[in-house]
Amino acid sequence: MNLQQIIEQLDLTVLTQPRDFTSVQPDGGYTSDLLSCVMAGAKANHLWITLQSHLNIVAVAALLEVAAVIITESAQPDPATIAKANEQGVVLLSTPKPTYEINGRLWEMGIRI
Amino acid sequence: MTSRTPTEQEIYGRRGRLITDRDATEISRVEELAYELKVHDVMTADLKTARPDMPLSQVLEILRVNRISGVPVLQDDQLVGILSLEDIVRAMQKNELSAPVSQYMTRKLVTVSNYDSIIKALQAFTDSRLGRLIVVDENGALTGMITKGDITHGILTALQRDYKEEELRRYRASHLFEDIISDRTTLVLRYQIKAHDFMHGGNASSNIKRALLRLGADPQIARRCGIAVYEAEMNLIIHTNNGGILKLEMEPHRITMSTTDDGPGIPDVSQVLQAGYSTASEQVREMGFGAGMGLINIKRCVDKMDIESTVGKGTKLTMRINVPFEKPSVHKDNKI
Repeated sequence: MNLQQIIEQLDLTVLTQPRDFTSVQPDGGYTSDLLSCVMAGAKANHLWITLQSHLNIVAVAALLEVAAVIITESAQPDPATIAKANEQGVVLLSTPKPTYEINGRLWEMGIRI
Repeated sequence: MTSRTPTEQEIYGRRGRLITDRDATEISRVEELAYELKVHDVMTADLKTARPDMPLSQVLEILRVNRISGVPVLQDDQLVGILSLEDIVRAMQKNELSAPVSQYMTRKLVTVSNYDSIIKALQAFTDSRLGRLIVVDENGALTGMITKGDITHGILTALQRDYKEEELRRYRASHLFEDIISDRTTLVLRYQIKAHDFMHGGNASSNIKRALLRLGADPQIARRCGIAVYEAEMNLIIHTNNGGILKLEMEPHRITMSTTDDGPGIPDVSQVLQAGYSTASEQVREMGFGAGMGLINIKRCVDKMDIESTVGKGTKLTMRINVPFEKPSVHKDNKI
Protein backbone atom coordinates (compact mmCIF):
# COMPACT_ATOMS: atom_id res chain seq x y z
CA MET A 1 0.00 0.00 0.00
CA ASN A 2 1.57 3.29 -1.04
CA LEU A 3 1.09 6.67 0.58
CA GLN A 4 -1.05 7.97 -2.29
CA GLN A 5 -3.56 5.14 -1.73
CA ILE A 6 -3.54 5.79 2.00
CA ILE A 7 -4.18 9.50 1.44
CA GLU A 8 -7.08 8.70 -0.90
CA GLN A 9 -8.65 5.98 1.20
CA LEU A 10 -8.47 7.95 4.45
CA ASP A 11 -9.34 11.21 2.68
CA LEU A 12 -6.32 12.95 4.19
CA THR A 13 -5.45 16.55 3.40
CA VAL A 14 -1.89 17.10 2.21
CA LEU A 15 -0.59 20.16 4.06
CA THR A 16 2.91 20.19 2.59
CA GLN A 17 4.02 20.45 -1.04
CA PRO A 18 2.50 17.71 -3.15
CA ARG A 19 4.93 15.14 -4.53
CA ASP A 20 4.93 11.62 -5.86
CA PHE A 21 3.38 9.74 -2.95
CA THR A 22 2.98 6.55 -4.98
CA SER A 23 6.69 5.85 -4.53
CA VAL A 24 6.40 6.00 -0.73
CA GLN A 25 5.51 2.67 0.87
CA PRO A 26 5.15 3.08 4.64
CA ASP A 27 6.03 -0.14 6.40
CA GLY A 28 4.45 0.47 9.74
CA GLY A 29 3.22 3.13 12.06
CA TYR A 30 3.59 4.62 15.49
CA THR A 31 1.10 6.62 17.50
CA SER A 32 1.95 8.98 20.31
CA ASP A 33 1.78 12.65 21.25
CA LEU A 34 4.84 12.39 23.47
CA LEU A 35 7.82 13.34 21.37
CA SER A 36 10.39 11.31 23.27
CA CYS A 37 8.23 8.21 22.96
CA VAL A 38 8.06 8.82 19.24
CA MET A 39 11.83 9.22 19.18
CA ALA A 40 12.12 5.84 20.83
CA GLY A 41 9.32 4.01 19.06
CA ALA A 42 8.88 5.27 15.52
CA LYS A 43 11.13 3.87 12.85
CA ALA A 44 12.26 5.24 9.52
CA ASN A 45 9.54 5.02 6.88
CA HIS A 46 6.79 4.66 9.50
CA LEU A 47 3.65 6.75 9.63
CA TRP A 48 3.44 8.84 12.77
CA ILE A 49 -0.08 9.59 13.99
CA THR A 50 -0.39 12.45 16.45
CA LEU A 51 -2.53 15.28 17.75
CA GLN A 52 0.50 17.53 18.04
CA SER A 53 0.75 20.17 15.36
CA HIS A 54 3.45 22.55 16.59
CA LEU A 55 6.81 23.28 15.00
CA ASN A 56 8.78 20.68 16.94
CA ILE A 57 7.05 17.72 15.32
CA VAL A 58 8.98 18.59 12.13
CA ALA A 59 12.37 18.12 13.77
CA VAL A 60 11.28 14.79 15.22
CA ALA A 61 9.83 13.60 11.91
CA ALA A 62 12.93 14.72 9.98
CA LEU A 63 15.38 13.09 12.37
CA LEU A 64 13.47 9.83 12.27
CA GLU A 65 12.84 10.04 8.54
CA VAL A 66 9.23 8.98 8.95
CA ALA A 67 7.22 8.50 5.76
CA ALA A 68 4.60 11.04 6.86
CA VAL A 69 2.98 12.63 9.89
CA ILE A 70 -0.80 12.28 10.15
CA ILE A 71 -2.19 15.06 12.31
CA THR A 72 -5.60 14.10 13.67
CA GLU A 73 -8.75 15.93 14.85
CA SER A 74 -8.08 18.82 12.49
CA ALA A 75 -5.25 20.16 14.60
CA GLN A 76 -3.82 22.87 12.37
CA PRO A 77 -0.07 23.49 12.14
CA ASP A 78 0.83 27.15 11.65
CA PRO A 79 2.40 28.34 8.36
CA ALA A 80 5.91 28.35 9.89
CA THR A 81 5.55 24.66 10.73
CA ILE A 82 4.41 23.82 7.20
CA ALA A 83 7.23 25.91 5.71
CA LYS A 84 9.78 24.13 7.85
CA ALA A 85 8.33 20.75 6.93
CA ASN A 86 8.69 21.62 3.24
CA GLU A 87 12.24 22.73 3.82
CA GLN A 88 13.12 19.51 5.61
CA GLY A 89 11.25 17.24 3.24
CA VAL A 90 8.71 16.15 5.87
CA VAL A 91 5.20 15.20 4.69
CA LEU A 92 2.38 16.55 6.85
CA LEU A 93 -1.13 15.14 6.40
CA SER A 94 -4.27 16.19 8.20
CA THR A 95 -7.62 14.62 9.04
CA PRO A 96 -10.66 15.64 11.10
CA LYS A 97 -10.96 12.04 12.34
CA PRO A 98 -9.71 11.07 15.81
CA THR A 99 -6.45 9.18 16.25
CA TYR A 100 -8.21 5.97 17.31
CA GLU A 101 -10.15 5.74 14.07
CA ILE A 102 -7.12 6.49 11.91
CA ASN A 103 -5.11 3.79 13.69
CA GLY A 104 -7.91 1.31 13.18
CA ARG A 105 -8.35 2.12 9.53
CA LEU A 106 -4.60 1.89 8.86
CA TRP A 107 -4.45 -1.45 10.64
CA GLU A 108 -7.31 -2.73 8.49
CA MET A 109 -5.49 -1.53 5.40
CA GLY A 110 -2.57 -3.72 6.37
CA ILE A 111 -0.30 -0.98 7.72
CA ARG A 112 0.77 -2.83 10.81
CA ILE A 113 3.71 -2.44 13.10
CA MET B 1 8.18 -5.14 11.94
CA THR B 2 8.31 -7.86 9.36
CA SER B 3 11.62 -8.62 7.71
CA ARG B 4 12.05 -7.22 4.24
CA THR B 5 14.73 -5.97 1.95
CA PRO B 6 15.89 -2.56 3.08
CA THR B 7 14.78 0.34 0.93
CA GLU B 8 17.30 2.24 -1.14
CA GLN B 9 16.96 5.12 1.27
CA GLU B 10 17.95 2.92 4.17
CA ILE B 11 21.00 1.62 2.36
CA TYR B 12 22.01 4.92 0.87
CA GLY B 13 20.58 6.92 3.73
CA ARG B 14 22.87 9.87 3.27
CA ARG B 15 22.27 10.02 -0.42
CA GLY B 16 18.54 9.80 0.27
CA ARG B 17 18.85 12.56 2.79
CA LEU B 18 20.74 14.83 0.48
CA ILE B 19 18.30 14.32 -2.29
CA THR B 20 15.49 14.93 0.15
CA ASP B 21 17.15 18.23 0.92
CA ARG B 22 17.16 18.95 -2.74
CA ASP B 23 13.67 17.57 -3.20
CA ALA B 24 12.04 20.85 -2.36
CA THR B 25 14.23 22.68 -4.81
CA GLU B 26 14.28 20.05 -7.52
CA ILE B 27 11.48 21.52 -9.59
CA SER B 28 12.67 25.04 -9.06
CA ARG B 29 16.18 23.94 -10.06
CA VAL B 30 14.85 23.05 -13.50
CA GLU B 31 13.10 26.40 -13.60
CA GLU B 32 16.26 28.07 -12.47
CA LEU B 33 18.18 26.34 -15.23
CA ALA B 34 15.64 27.56 -17.76
CA TYR B 35 16.66 31.09 -16.81
CA GLU B 36 20.37 30.37 -16.34
CA LEU B 37 21.01 28.46 -19.54
CA LYS B 38 21.26 30.52 -22.68
CA VAL B 39 20.10 29.53 -26.12
CA HIS B 40 23.69 29.23 -27.38
CA ASP B 41 24.43 26.72 -24.58
CA VAL B 42 21.99 24.20 -25.98
CA MET B 43 21.45 25.08 -29.65
CA THR B 44 22.82 23.20 -32.63
CA ALA B 45 25.54 25.41 -34.07
CA ASP B 46 26.95 23.05 -36.65
CA LEU B 47 24.16 23.60 -39.13
CA LYS B 48 23.34 21.68 -42.23
CA THR B 49 21.58 23.97 -44.67
CA ALA B 50 19.56 23.67 -47.84
CA ARG B 51 19.14 25.93 -50.89
CA PRO B 52 15.72 26.96 -52.23
CA ASP B 53 16.36 25.26 -55.57
CA MET B 54 17.36 21.90 -54.12
CA PRO B 55 14.93 19.02 -54.74
CA LEU B 56 13.20 17.87 -51.55
CA SER B 57 14.57 14.36 -52.00
CA GLN B 58 18.07 15.72 -51.59
CA VAL B 59 17.14 17.49 -48.33
CA LEU B 60 15.50 14.32 -47.08
CA GLU B 61 18.84 12.60 -47.60
CA ILE B 62 20.62 15.38 -45.63
CA LEU B 63 18.12 14.94 -42.78
CA ARG B 64 18.48 11.18 -42.83
CA VAL B 65 22.29 11.11 -42.89
CA ASN B 66 22.60 13.71 -40.12
CA ARG B 67 19.62 12.39 -38.15
CA ILE B 68 18.05 15.82 -37.87
CA SER B 69 14.49 16.95 -38.44
CA GLY B 70 14.89 20.31 -40.15
CA VAL B 71 17.28 22.68 -41.90
CA PRO B 72 17.43 26.41 -42.53
CA VAL B 73 17.19 27.40 -46.17
CA LEU B 74 19.81 29.87 -47.40
CA GLN B 75 20.06 31.77 -50.62
CA ASP B 76 23.41 33.54 -51.12
CA ASP B 77 24.02 33.32 -47.38
CA GLN B 78 20.67 34.97 -46.73
CA LEU B 79 18.13 33.12 -44.62
CA VAL B 80 14.92 32.69 -46.61
CA GLY B 81 13.07 29.90 -44.89
CA ILE B 82 13.15 26.70 -42.91
CA LEU B 83 12.36 23.20 -44.08
CA SER B 84 11.31 20.51 -41.68
CA LEU B 85 10.45 16.85 -41.95
CA GLU B 86 6.78 17.80 -41.66
CA ASP B 87 7.10 19.92 -44.82
CA ILE B 88 8.63 16.95 -46.62
CA VAL B 89 5.81 14.71 -45.43
CA ARG B 90 3.33 17.14 -46.96
CA ALA B 91 5.22 16.88 -50.25
CA MET B 92 5.32 13.09 -50.03
CA GLN B 93 1.55 12.94 -49.67
CA LYS B 94 1.35 14.62 -53.07
CA ASN B 95 4.20 12.54 -54.41
CA GLU B 96 6.23 15.69 -55.07
CA LEU B 97 9.63 14.82 -53.65
CA SER B 98 11.30 16.20 -56.73
CA ALA B 99 9.78 19.66 -56.13
CA PRO B 100 12.19 22.41 -55.08
CA VAL B 101 12.60 23.32 -51.43
CA SER B 102 11.18 26.81 -52.02
CA GLN B 103 7.79 25.29 -52.79
CA TYR B 104 7.35 23.62 -49.41
CA MET B 105 9.58 25.51 -47.00
CA THR B 106 8.12 27.56 -44.16
CA ARG B 107 8.78 31.21 -44.77
CA LYS B 108 7.54 32.31 -41.40
CA LEU B 109 10.76 32.67 -39.46
CA VAL B 110 10.74 32.93 -35.72
CA THR B 111 14.13 33.84 -34.34
CA VAL B 112 15.61 33.95 -30.89
CA SER B 113 18.85 35.60 -29.92
CA ASN B 114 21.74 33.34 -28.91
CA TYR B 115 21.98 35.22 -25.61
CA ASP B 116 18.30 34.74 -24.78
CA SER B 117 17.52 32.47 -21.84
CA ILE B 118 15.92 29.13 -22.55
CA ILE B 119 12.73 30.27 -20.91
CA LYS B 120 12.37 32.86 -23.67
CA ALA B 121 12.88 30.21 -26.32
CA LEU B 122 10.26 28.01 -24.63
CA GLN B 123 7.86 30.93 -24.71
CA ALA B 124 8.58 31.41 -28.43
CA PHE B 125 7.87 27.71 -29.04
CA THR B 126 4.53 28.02 -27.28
CA ASP B 127 3.55 31.24 -29.07
CA SER B 128 4.62 30.17 -32.56
CA ARG B 129 3.69 26.48 -32.29
CA LEU B 130 6.80 25.80 -34.37
CA GLY B 131 9.09 22.84 -33.88
CA ARG B 132 12.34 24.72 -34.41
CA LEU B 133 13.52 28.26 -34.08
CA ILE B 134 16.29 30.12 -35.84
CA VAL B 135 19.04 31.46 -33.62
CA VAL B 136 20.66 34.73 -34.64
CA ASP B 137 23.56 36.68 -33.17
CA GLU B 138 23.50 40.34 -32.17
CA ASN B 139 23.90 41.34 -35.84
CA GLY B 140 20.95 39.24 -36.88
CA ALA B 141 23.15 36.66 -38.64
CA LEU B 142 22.23 32.97 -38.48
CA THR B 143 24.26 31.15 -35.83
CA GLY B 144 22.22 28.06 -35.08
CA MET B 145 18.92 26.31 -34.65
CA ILE B 146 17.11 25.18 -31.56
CA THR B 147 14.45 22.54 -30.97
CA LYS B 148 12.60 21.54 -27.79
CA GLY B 149 14.73 18.42 -27.81
CA ASP B 150 17.86 20.59 -27.61
CA ILE B 151 16.38 22.28 -24.54
CA THR B 152 15.55 19.00 -22.82
CA HIS B 153 19.01 17.70 -23.60
CA GLY B 154 20.62 20.93 -22.34
CA ILE B 155 18.72 20.86 -19.06
CA LEU B 156 19.49 17.18 -18.47
CA THR B 157 23.17 17.81 -19.16
CA ALA B 158 23.19 20.71 -16.70
CA LEU B 159 21.43 18.61 -14.03
CA GLN B 160 23.95 15.86 -14.59
CA ARG B 161 26.76 18.37 -14.11
CA ASP B 162 25.13 19.62 -10.88
CA TYR B 163 24.85 16.06 -9.66
CA LYS B 164 28.50 15.33 -10.40
CA GLU B 165 29.59 18.46 -8.54
CA GLU B 166 27.48 17.42 -5.56
CA GLU B 167 28.99 13.92 -5.65
CA LEU B 168 32.47 15.42 -5.75
CA ARG B 169 31.79 17.71 -2.80
CA ARG B 170 30.42 14.77 -0.86
CA TYR B 171 33.40 12.64 -1.79
CA ARG B 172 35.80 15.33 -0.58
CA ALA B 173 33.90 15.75 2.69
CA SER B 174 33.78 12.03 3.37
CA HIS B 175 37.54 11.72 2.88
CA LEU B 176 38.36 14.64 5.14
CA PHE B 177 39.89 12.46 7.80
CA GLU B 178 41.92 10.44 5.32
CA ASP B 179 43.30 13.50 3.59
CA ILE B 180 44.46 15.34 6.70
CA ILE B 181 47.40 13.76 8.48
CA SER B 182 48.00 14.53 12.13
CA ASP B 183 48.48 12.61 15.35
CA ARG B 184 44.91 13.28 16.28
CA THR B 185 42.42 14.88 13.92
CA THR B 186 39.08 15.97 15.31
CA LEU B 187 36.30 18.06 13.93
CA VAL B 188 34.27 20.07 16.42
CA LEU B 189 30.80 21.44 15.82
CA ARG B 190 29.42 23.89 18.40
CA TYR B 191 25.88 25.15 18.78
CA GLN B 192 24.57 27.78 21.15
CA ILE B 193 21.16 26.66 22.37
CA LYS B 194 18.82 29.24 23.89
CA ALA B 195 16.54 28.42 26.80
CA HIS B 196 12.81 28.12 25.92
CA ASP B 197 13.58 28.56 22.22
CA PHE B 198 11.09 25.97 20.99
CA MET B 199 11.01 27.71 17.61
CA HIS B 200 14.48 26.42 16.82
CA GLY B 201 14.22 23.19 18.79
CA GLY B 202 15.80 20.36 16.82
CA ASN B 203 17.69 22.60 14.40
CA ALA B 204 21.09 21.77 15.86
CA SER B 205 20.34 18.04 15.81
CA SER B 206 19.15 18.21 12.20
CA ASN B 207 22.30 20.08 11.23
CA ILE B 208 24.47 17.60 13.08
CA LYS B 209 22.85 14.63 11.45
CA ARG B 210 23.23 16.21 8.03
CA ALA B 211 26.89 17.05 8.69
CA LEU B 212 27.59 13.48 9.77
CA LEU B 213 25.99 12.06 6.66
CA ARG B 214 27.90 14.50 4.51
CA LEU B 215 31.12 13.45 6.16
CA GLY B 216 30.37 9.88 5.21
CA ALA B 217 29.12 8.53 8.54
CA ASP B 218 27.15 5.30 8.52
CA PRO B 219 23.42 6.22 8.30
CA GLN B 220 22.63 4.16 11.39
CA ILE B 221 25.26 6.00 13.42
CA ALA B 222 24.04 9.36 12.12
CA ARG B 223 20.52 8.40 13.19
CA ARG B 224 21.66 7.42 16.70
CA CYS B 225 23.60 10.68 17.04
CA GLY B 226 20.61 12.63 15.75
CA ILE B 227 18.22 11.13 18.32
CA ALA B 228 20.64 11.47 21.25
CA VAL B 229 21.59 15.00 20.41
CA TYR B 230 17.93 15.96 19.85
CA GLU B 231 16.99 14.89 23.35
CA ALA B 232 20.00 16.72 24.78
CA GLU B 233 19.19 19.83 22.78
CA MET B 234 15.57 19.81 23.97
CA ASN B 235 16.75 19.39 27.55
CA LEU B 236 18.73 22.61 27.21
CA ILE B 237 15.68 24.35 25.77
CA ILE B 238 13.19 23.00 28.32
CA HIS B 239 15.09 22.85 31.56
CA THR B 240 17.95 25.35 31.69
CA ASN B 241 17.96 28.91 33.00
CA ASN B 242 20.13 30.36 30.25
CA GLY B 243 20.44 27.68 27.60
CA GLY B 244 23.80 26.10 26.96
CA ILE B 245 26.38 24.83 24.54
CA LEU B 246 25.91 21.73 22.45
CA LYS B 247 29.17 20.35 21.17
CA LEU B 248 30.01 17.46 18.93
CA GLU B 249 33.53 16.24 18.44
CA MET B 250 34.14 13.87 15.62
CA GLU B 251 37.06 11.53 15.28
CA PRO B 252 37.48 8.67 12.83
CA HIS B 253 36.76 6.07 15.53
CA ARG B 254 34.28 7.86 17.79
CA ILE B 255 31.85 10.70 18.12
CA THR B 256 31.63 12.56 21.41
CA MET B 257 28.70 14.85 22.10
CA SER B 258 28.14 17.04 25.11
CA THR B 259 25.88 19.73 26.48
CA THR B 260 26.97 22.22 29.10
CA ASP B 261 24.72 24.65 30.94
CA ASP B 262 24.94 26.90 33.97
CA GLY B 263 21.90 25.82 35.86
CA PRO B 264 19.66 25.07 37.60
CA GLY B 265 21.41 21.70 38.02
CA ILE B 266 19.89 18.35 38.94
CA PRO B 267 19.45 17.56 42.68
CA ASP B 268 19.34 13.77 42.25
CA VAL B 269 20.82 12.40 39.03
CA SER B 270 19.62 8.83 39.72
CA GLN B 271 16.05 10.13 39.81
CA VAL B 272 16.18 11.71 36.33
CA LEU B 273 17.52 8.44 34.94
CA GLN B 274 14.24 6.71 35.79
CA ALA B 275 11.83 6.28 32.91
CA GLY B 276 8.84 8.57 33.23
CA TYR B 277 10.38 10.99 35.73
CA SER B 278 10.12 14.56 34.55
CA THR B 279 10.13 18.04 36.00
CA ALA B 280 8.72 19.65 32.86
CA SER B 281 5.96 22.22 33.29
CA GLU B 282 2.37 21.50 32.37
CA GLN B 283 2.67 23.87 29.41
CA VAL B 284 5.68 22.05 28.01
CA ARG B 285 4.03 18.67 28.58
CA GLU B 286 1.09 19.79 26.49
CA MET B 287 3.47 20.15 23.58
CA GLY B 288 4.42 16.53 24.02
CA PHE B 289 7.66 17.07 25.88
CA GLY B 290 8.41 15.97 29.40
CA ALA B 291 7.61 12.30 28.92
CA GLY B 292 10.53 11.52 31.18
CA MET B 293 12.06 9.50 28.38
CA GLY B 294 14.77 11.84 27.11
CA LEU B 295 17.75 10.49 28.98
CA ILE B 296 16.49 6.93 28.53
CA ASN B 297 16.45 7.52 24.79
CA ILE B 298 19.94 8.95 24.87
CA LYS B 299 21.23 5.95 26.80
CA ARG B 300 19.68 3.63 24.26
CA CYS B 301 21.39 5.42 21.37
CA VAL B 302 24.90 5.95 22.68
CA ASP B 303 27.67 3.66 23.90
CA LYS B 304 28.48 5.72 26.96
CA MET B 305 26.62 8.46 28.80
CA ASP B 306 27.69 10.55 31.79
CA ILE B 307 25.93 13.26 33.74
CA GLU B 308 27.70 15.55 36.14
CA SER B 309 25.50 18.08 37.86
CA THR B 310 25.68 20.51 40.73
CA VAL B 311 22.62 22.43 41.88
CA GLY B 312 23.17 26.13 41.33
CA LYS B 313 26.17 25.50 39.09
CA GLY B 314 24.94 23.53 36.12
CA THR B 315 24.96 20.23 34.30
CA LYS B 316 27.33 18.59 31.89
CA LEU B 317 26.01 15.69 29.83
CA THR B 318 28.53 13.67 27.83
CA MET B 319 27.59 11.05 25.25
CA ARG B 320 29.86 8.87 23.18
CA ILE B 321 29.26 6.70 20.17
CA ASN B 322 32.01 4.39 18.96
CA VAL B 323 32.46 4.13 15.23
CA PRO B 324 33.33 0.61 14.09
CA PHE B 325 36.82 0.55 12.66
CA GLU B 326 35.86 -1.06 9.40
CA LYS B 327 34.13 1.29 7.04
CA PRO B 328 30.87 0.05 5.56
CA SER B 329 31.08 -0.88 1.90
CA VAL B 330 28.68 1.91 0.99
CA HIS B 331 31.64 4.28 1.27
CA LYS B 332 33.72 2.45 -1.27
CA ASP B 333 30.93 2.48 -3.82
CA ASN B 334 30.75 6.19 -3.46
CA LYS B 335 34.12 6.85 -5.05
CA ILE B 336 34.09 8.68 -8.30
